[in-house]
Amino acid sequence: MGSSGLFSLVPLIVFLPVAGLLINMIFGGRLSEKTIGAIASAATGLAFVIAVLLGVALWTGSGETVVVPFADWIHIGDLNVAWNFRVDTLSVLMMLVVSGVGTLIHIYAIGYMHEDVRFKHDIPRYRRFFVFMNLFIAMMMILVSGDSYLMLFVGWEGVGLCSFLLIGFWYDMDTLGRPSFANSNAAKKAFITNRIGDFGFLIAGFTMFWWFKSLNFGDVFSMATTIPAGVILFITIFLLVGVAGKSAQIPLFVWLPDAMAGPTPVSALIHAATMVTAGVYLVARSAPLYTLAPQAQTTVALVGGITALFAATIAVGQYDIKKVLAYSTISQLGFMVAAVGMGAFVAGMFHLVTHAFFKALLFLSAGSVILGMERGHHHLAHQEGHGSPESADREHRQQELSDSGHLEEVFDPGDMRNMGGLRKQMPVTFWLYLIGALALAGIFPLAGFWSKDEILADAFQKFPAVYWLLTIAAFLTAFYMGRQVWMVFFGKPRHAVAEKAEESPKVITVPLMVLAALAILGGALNLPGIHTLTSWLEHTIAGVEAGEFNFLVAGLSTGLALLAIFLSWLLYERQPLAEGQKDPLKKLLGPVFTVFERKYWVDEFYWAVFVNRYVDIARFLANVIDGRFWHDFVHEKVIAGTYNWLSRTVLDLGVDRHFIDAIANGLGELTKRISTSLRRLQNGFVRSYALAVLLGVVVIVGYLLLK
Amino acid sequence: MTQIIPLSWYLAVSMLLFSMGALGVLIRRNPLIIFMSIELMLNAANLAFVAFARSFGVPTGQIFVFFVMTVSAAEVAVGLALIIIIFRNKHSIDVDLMNSLKG
Amino acid sequence: MDYTLILFIILAAVAVASAAGLLVSRNTVYAALFLVLNFATVAVFYLLLGAPFIALAQVTIYAGAIMVLFLFVIMLLGADKLPKAKGLPWQRPLAIVLAAVLLVEAGFLLFQRLQLTANLASPEASINTTEALQSLAKTLFSQYLLPFEVTSVLLLVAMIGVIVLTKKEKGEQEA
Repeated sequence: MGSSGLFSLVPLIVFLPVAGLLINMIFGGRLSEKTIGAIASAATGLAFVIAVLLGVALWTGSGETVVVPFADWIHIGDLNVAWNFRVDTLSVLMMLVVSGVGTLIHIYAIGYMHEDVRFKHDIPRYRRFFVFMNLFIAMMMILVSGDSYLMLFVGWEGVGLCSFLLIGFWYDMDTLGRPSFANSNAAKKAFITNRIGDFGFLIAGFTMFWWFKSLNFGDVFSMATTIPAGVILFITIFLLVGVAGKSAQIPLFVWLPDAMAGPTPVSALIHAATMVTAGVYLVARSAPLYTLAPQAQTTVALVGGITALFAATIAVGQYDIKKVLAYSTISQLGFMVAAVGMGAFVAGMFHLVTHAFFKALLFLSAGSVILGMERGHHHLAHQEGHGSPESADREHRQQELSDSGHLEEVFDPGDMRNMGGLRKQMPVTFWLYLIGALALAGIFPLAGFWSKDEILADAFQKFPAVYWLLTIAAFLTAFYMGRQVWMVFFGKPRHAVAEKAEESPKVITVPLMVLAALAILGGALNLPGIHTLTSWLEHTIAGVEAGEFNFLVAGLSTGLALLAIFLSWLLYERQPLAEGQKDPLKKLLGPVFTVFERKYWVDEFYWAVFVNRYVDIARFLANVIDGRFWHDFVHEKVIAGTYNWLSRTVLDLGVDRHFIDAIANGLGELTKRISTSLRRLQNGFVRSYALAVLLGVVVIVGYLLLK
Repeated sequence: MTQIIPLSWYLAVSMLLFSMGALGVLIRRNPLIIFMSIELMLNAANLAFVAFARSFGVPTGQIFVFFVMTVSAAEVAVGLALIIIIFRNKHSIDVDLMNSLKG
Repeated sequence: MDYTLILFIILAAVAVASAAGLLVSRNTVYAALFLVLNFATVAVFYLLLGAPFIALAQVTIYAGAIMVLFLFVIMLLGADKLPKAKGLPWQRPLAIVLAAVLLVEAGFLLFQRLQLTANLASPEASINTTEALQSLAKTLFSQYLLPFEVTSVLLLVAMIGVIVLTKKEKGEQEA
């Protein structure tokens, strides 16, 4: 099969996951859990195979962009949108990451969800999870493979929907399994925050169509130089709003930590590895526009840099194992955005790939840890002697339900303060987590070192302010990852449950091992001096230059990372945290730590400034405008009142009663009166009748006479 | 020797008797007298018939009188029977008391 | 002045007077006797008009049979006077007015419109009484045979009717 034939396979990357979800949706009720998981994983895995084939075709061919026409979509006036697939080095890179990491996470989820649905007592939801996951893969593929901004937007919204569905997967409970709206509120928060970003995207899209008369990447990029610079700046800035929403940048990052309410595979796939990087992809894709608007680039870089530092500081103060990783994700996304903002597109995409590996690894390992804790908790509950496992299960759940009022009574398997010493109970997970943490911290020679270092080197060259922001963020990254590892895996168990924690099965650990290998070796993608990724991407992104490896920068960042790890060791391992003890950093930093812990009160600020004002406006509209004015006044008084007046006074009294009724009643009354008076004629006296007869005779004779 | 009496004189007498009979029917309350008044009216009519028969020289008028007499005989028989029954029920023969068909 | 004319005038006066007596007499028996007198005068009129058969039938049936029946019923029911009328105050004047109007109308008809002032065709003398009677009988029993027979049926029906009407139901006595 020739390479051109291979390119025509590209629609399959969308339709294989769609086929998977359809099979599971229609026939899933009769299939076993393992079959459902296998179908979903196979669908994603086959998409990965297709992506690999596309990559091979590009590698062996010229490497130039191939557009595969697929279907006509919109055909109105000037607007002519076809659903075309764009196969180029950038999109194939994204396809590989999405489907590759996606496949591993699917396999992991077979094991994870098997236990999760049982801990949460809703086994039928297992199938729904895989349907959503396949839908997500399909939407993500549409996003990365579309040949126009509109198709990209379709995927963009599609993944947003999947994100919403999967964050609110346990929509009827909170993260601890208690009945609550917390999870669905988190889902709504994510969706609505993303809407704000999408609004920016839409504005950018409309403006683009107004000036370019097209939304195709090819048309837009080739015409970009003929458009006024101000318009390009406008478009790129509004695209940045979209990026900030999807990739959780300041000021729209608030949804991502709450998105951890979704099951852990979702956090890994959607909220760490793939969907949130769509913003980075969008900027990289729009590179021809951004290179024309330096001010926009500066803005993007600053937003990324500030977000990186800001989120890193918050991560330092978190106790929830997934929350730390969530803020870490925001921070790392800041790195990527800063990179692509500075024009270091290759470095940004490189970090995107390696981050997908090690952050997925970290999230999934964290999921493994949480499952281990859950198992321990379960085990403990059984040991306390509640009879048979199932009845104990039910009792346990009942107890939790009845205890839902007391927060402290419910055990939180994700709270790092409950953990400690887990490396003995969960050795495999420990080593995998350690690899991920070191990769994230940027320790030589793991993947994170190479990609982060490339960004820092570029920043050092191009944008010193951002360089310093990112360097501090990198230091903090190493610190909070060290803190997390020490707290979770070292020291002594701070809770009875941690002592009973159990290692996860192979279906969970094996995908983690693959990811760990990728996290170790991922740096090989773009080693200094070889620059595989750079030469790969330069087919798509014009004017990329291979980053210079800067030993000073690399040395400084590695040194800082080691220092941070040492500091965290000093604080958290030399004197391990005891049960119920306060965070040692709290003593050291005092109120500053509280600021980190409380996330700078951004949520509270948004509530006070936006949400509450919005609620006020909504109340005003509902009560005053809709209720009092529209309903009470316009509908009740004006319309209903007029109608009532018309019908009651005019039609009923005036026309109906006084006119129509009057005629009808009058006729009846007349008949009655006439008959009453005529009745008297029928007096029963024979002689009167005879008189009448005579009268008749007289009258008739008289008539005959006068005739 | 014989003076011819005009037809109109007989008719005038007949007319007078008929009107008085009708008046009797209307002003008397005794059903027996009402019946007699009716007989008077029939007689007046008979007189007119006979006068006309004589005037036109045909016997048909006399034959009609014959039939009228028969019918009035039957009528009187039935009518008197009815009066007897009414008297039996009401113990009075005042026709003004027989107004139970009053509307 | 012919005796026939005098006879006619006297008879007419008696007839009208007896009819008036019928109208005004309070006693039912007197009323019946006035009527008999009236019938008798009418019978003489029939003789004057050359209808001896009708005159005899008049005397036999009316003055004889029917008036005897009347008197019989009067005796049966008691010839009492009726109490004074309560209702119908306008009945009497209205009846008089109407009767008067009828009379006027008839007179007008008689003397103004029809001009029936012509004398009767032939004098009584010229009538052959026997022939007239024969002709009457012929007509009655040939041309009017069917009505004649129907009359007999009518009389039979009347007879049965009267029997049925006046017959007391079984058990009516007890009730």
